[in-house]
Amino acid sequence: MANDTKTYDAIVVGGGHNGLINGAYLAKAGLKTLIIERRGFVGGAAITEELVPGFHFTTFSYALSLLRPDIIHELELVKHGFMPILMPSSFAPMENGDYLLLGPDRDENIKEILRHSPHDADAMDRYEHDVERVCQLVKPLLDKAPPNLFGKSPEDLADLAELASHLGGAEPKVLHDTVRMLTGSAADFLDDYFESDILKGYLASSGIIGTKVGPMSQGSGLVLLYHSMGEHDGHFGAWAFHKGGNGGFTQVVARAAQAFGAEIMLEAPVDTVLTRDGKAVGVALADGTEIAADVVVSALDPRRTFTQLVEPRELPGDLVESIDRMRFQGTSAKVNFALDGLPRYPALGDRSDQYRGFVNIGPSMEYLERAFDDAKYGWYSQRPYLDCAIQSVVDPDMAPPGKHVMSCFVQYAPYHLKGSDWDTERERFADTVQATLESFFPGFGDLVLHREIVTPLDIERVVGLSEGNIFAGEFFAPQMYFFRPAPGWSQYRTPIEGYYQCGSGTHPGGCVMGGPAKLASQQILRDRSATG
Amino acid sequence: MIRTTPFYERLSELNATGLWGHWSGYLSALRYDMSAKHEYFAVRNSAGFFDTSPLYKYWIRGKDAERFLAGVMTRDIRLCRPGRAQYTLWCDDRGFVLEDGVVFRHSDTEFFMTTAEPNLGYFRDLVGRLDVQIDDVTADYGVLAVQGPRSREILHRLAPEVEKLRFFELTPAKIAGSSVTVSRTGYTGDLGFEIFTGADDALGVLDALIEAGAGHGLRPFGEDALLMCRIEAGLVLINVEFQSSRLAFTDHDRVTPKELGFGWMLRGIEADDRPFIGRRAIRRELADGTSRWSSVGLLVDWQDYDRLYRAAGLVPPKDETPLGYESMLYDDDGNRVGYATSLMYSPALQRHIAMARVQPRLAAPGSRVNVELTINHHYETVAADVARLPLFNPTRKTA
Ligand SMILES: Cc1cc2nc3c(=O)[nH]c(=O)nc-3n(C[C@H](O)[C@H](O)[C@H](O)COP(=O)(O)OP(=O)(O)OC[C@H]3O[C@@H](n4cnc5c(N)ncnc54)[C@H](O)[C@@H]3O)c2cc1C
Repeated sequence: MANDTKTYDAIVVGGGHNGLINGAYLAKAGLKTLIIERRGFVGGAAITEELVPGFHFTTFSYALSLLRPDIIHELELVKHGFMPILMPSSFAPMENGDYLLLGPDRDENIKEILRHSPHDADAMDRYEHDVERVCQLVKPLLDKAPPNLFGKSPEDLADLAELASHLGGAEPKVLHDTVRMLTGSAADFLDDYFESDILKGYLASSGIIGTKVGPMSQGSGLVLLYHSMGEHDGHFGAWAFHKGGNGGFTQVVARAAQAFGAEIMLEAPVDTVLTRDGKAVGVALADGTEIAADVVVSALDPRRTFTQLVEPRELPGDLVESIDRMRFQGTSAKVNFALDGLPRYPALGDRSDQYRGFVNIGPSMEYLERAFDDAKYGWYSQRPYLDCAIQSVVDPDMAPPGKHVMSCFVQYAPYHLKGSDWDTERERFADTVQATLESFFPGFGDLVLHREIVTPLDIERVVGLSEGNIFAGEFFAPQMYFFRPAPGWSQYRTPIEGYYQCGSGTHPGGCVMGGPAKLASQQILRDRSATG
Repeated sequence: MIRTTPFYERLSELNATGLWGHWSGYLSALRYDMSAKHEYFAVRNSAGFFDTSPLYKYWIRGKDAERFLAGVMTRDIRLCRPGRAQYTLWCDDRGFVLEDGVVFRHSDTEFFMTTAEPNLGYFRDLVGRLDVQIDDVTADYGVLAVQGPRSREILHRLAPEVEKLRFFELTPAKIAGSSVTVSRTGYTGDLGFEIFTGADDALGVLDALIEAGAGHGLRPFGEDALLMCRIEAGLVLINVEFQSSRLAFTDHDRVTPKELGFGWMLRGIEADDRPFIGRRAIRRELADGTSRWSSVGLLVDWQDYDRLYRAAGLVPPKDETPLGYESMLYDDDGNRVGYATSLMYSPALQRHIAMARVQPRLAAPGSRVNVELTINHHYETVAADVARLPLFNPTRKTA
């Protein structure tokens, strides 16, 4: 067995954005840090690949909103090329050929909504205001480790008291709205404000992303709230395209990490975390190389962190059972296109300004719920929900002049198919997606130069996200906050001393947000200073 | 009657907002798109074009043109070779700034000049017995600024000369069959060019540009986006960062070149043998160290900013529209130590930034000041660090 002579203060397993951000914070604090990535490049679920010359695909994640603003400054990302580009519109085609097109101007949006429902025109301001109030209340919780609900130390009790006083200080209506969102369905919440199908379909779409729920399922409210919590440029719920896609973003983070002194090792799958007397002492790579470190941080999902990188037999039974129970059940897929030109939407003639942001194919709550019905019974949606983005419209570096790349996030595509498997279904699945697009954009198929199919199985195989769950563990109330990833283990530690977790399976959760990574680094540094 | 520029016919088709401002008697688009920030990102990420035709334009020609400019302008025009442009200032005899502008040197004896305000009468009165003709040709030319990381690639398709053009150089070129001058200049702090075309050729040049930019993210941008760019770029604006000394009522409203941040322009002024207007006062100011202010950038402490608003129960506003007023600056003891002339949220830098004037003792980068804001109708102050201008300075600007 080869032994690497170098030793590190900290090794981070996994070079997704959380691994990179965690490594950057540790290096910044002076730890000799190594980030180890299985693939030939970093980024994990946030990568951009030139699959066809000149065409840059955001294979997995495609837009940015939840990134914690403090990380931008603390890691000096601007210096390394951080550049989130405004998406000034949202376009929601309808099945009858009409559409909802929202832009940057409030008054114009009101007139557009009025076209669909006079009743809803003034509801939008109230809805956004109420959601912002909820975001204001919840936001501080995103930027702190959850209190240990089960701890009895004075610090644990103080943390809990602080939480209680924070929530207790909220206005009754705001707290009530928060609980309604956290426990209820997106449909119920939206019904309180709106009557228009297209508006509700558009808004409810944020309540199903990445999760095996329909908009009418309890729990979709939580997903809706989560996707409203981003604060891009000070606007709750605003999204941006990073220059060069989300892969452009993770390249920025990698440069920042290296500038702080972190080393990055590529094409080096970690096989196991090495332990001695219940303490982490380093890692062993798949090729047998061992690398020593005082601290090992897993940036992988909880299933890998607790049952693959270490021996579950060395862990408390309750924890193993919780992790085994944790629901992954990925239901999202992607079909990305290289296009010869921009699709034409008949009602808008030759206009193309509708493509500067998301194109949301989810024209009503019923459409979304029916798409979910297929998934409930183990099949992919025959009329899927699609969240599309033609990023080359606002970032011409993504495709050759006049050509385009279109990222297309698809739901529902359940990981477990009934009576078939994803390798058998992939082309047929992509055909279903393309046929749906064709029905809204006649002639779409003629524009397709190349298509990239990403099934939940591909997400698992390529990125390592178990069952293809894009958030490294479903967004269900029993899997959030105090309980993410498991009761008693929400503070980034593990039962193995010196072994930590910092991936999307920890609080606050998935999305390109960096929250887990930063909070974990704080815990690691606190523990190190406590033990000297 | 309000005038229109030679590009207006096309620009009015492109302006989806119906918003126009008045600039030196011309219609000038505030923005073409509902979102000025979208236009801003075109400049920072792909390319944008801006109609800068309303600027006053002068030909200054003749055997003594160089001598004339050397005597009027604060910066030594003799150092500007033909084929180069020079950003410059002119001052009064007390060493206070009158105005700023750009001189484009076409030959030994031909200078083209752009200014924000009319100057013909003032300049002509200073000619004396020199062999110089000064002509106001404002309406004869259209000027298009093409700015952004893709500007070179786009313009290259029309005028290959731009490939080798260095920062502040100019070259004759032909676009759409018309003779134009292209300079590597602009007011955005990014890679960029300006095209000077005869008014009659302007539409043809613009159409050729739009065609060349198709698929490259080229779009028009208006004054709102320009202002965001120029603040990030640390470029001063008359009647915001300074006023003409000639029209000021008190010395509070006057600044010297050094105070305005142009100390670099004055390097070597002791040895400079030019008898230019204001030299004695400027030399004295430098020798005695009597400058009252230093012009600096401010990086607002984002954490402090967010904390103040959150504590007030508000969502911290991040608005890229520059504040319409001057914010006072204080030291930690509450003494007034300066004022911010332009304050905005910078999307590129992801924080609030300002151009400001501080007491010279606070000019060193890293000095701390407190910027006054109104939050919930109360004055509050937010911490900020002094930084060197420009705050946004991509290498592509001069590379
Ligand atoms: C299809 C899809 C679309 C999405 N869209 C968006 C979006 O638009 N916006 C958004 O904010 N979020 C989106 N998400 C979610 C977001 O991308 C993820 O939550 C986030 O990127 C996860 O980051 P991470 O660092 O926690 O983990 P990952 O990105 O999963 O990183 C884990 C890394 O570990 C590596 N690895 C795995 N095993 C090993 C091993 N044994 N040894 C060494 N390295 C290993 C992997 O190769 C990978 O690089 C999307 C996700 C998917 C899958």
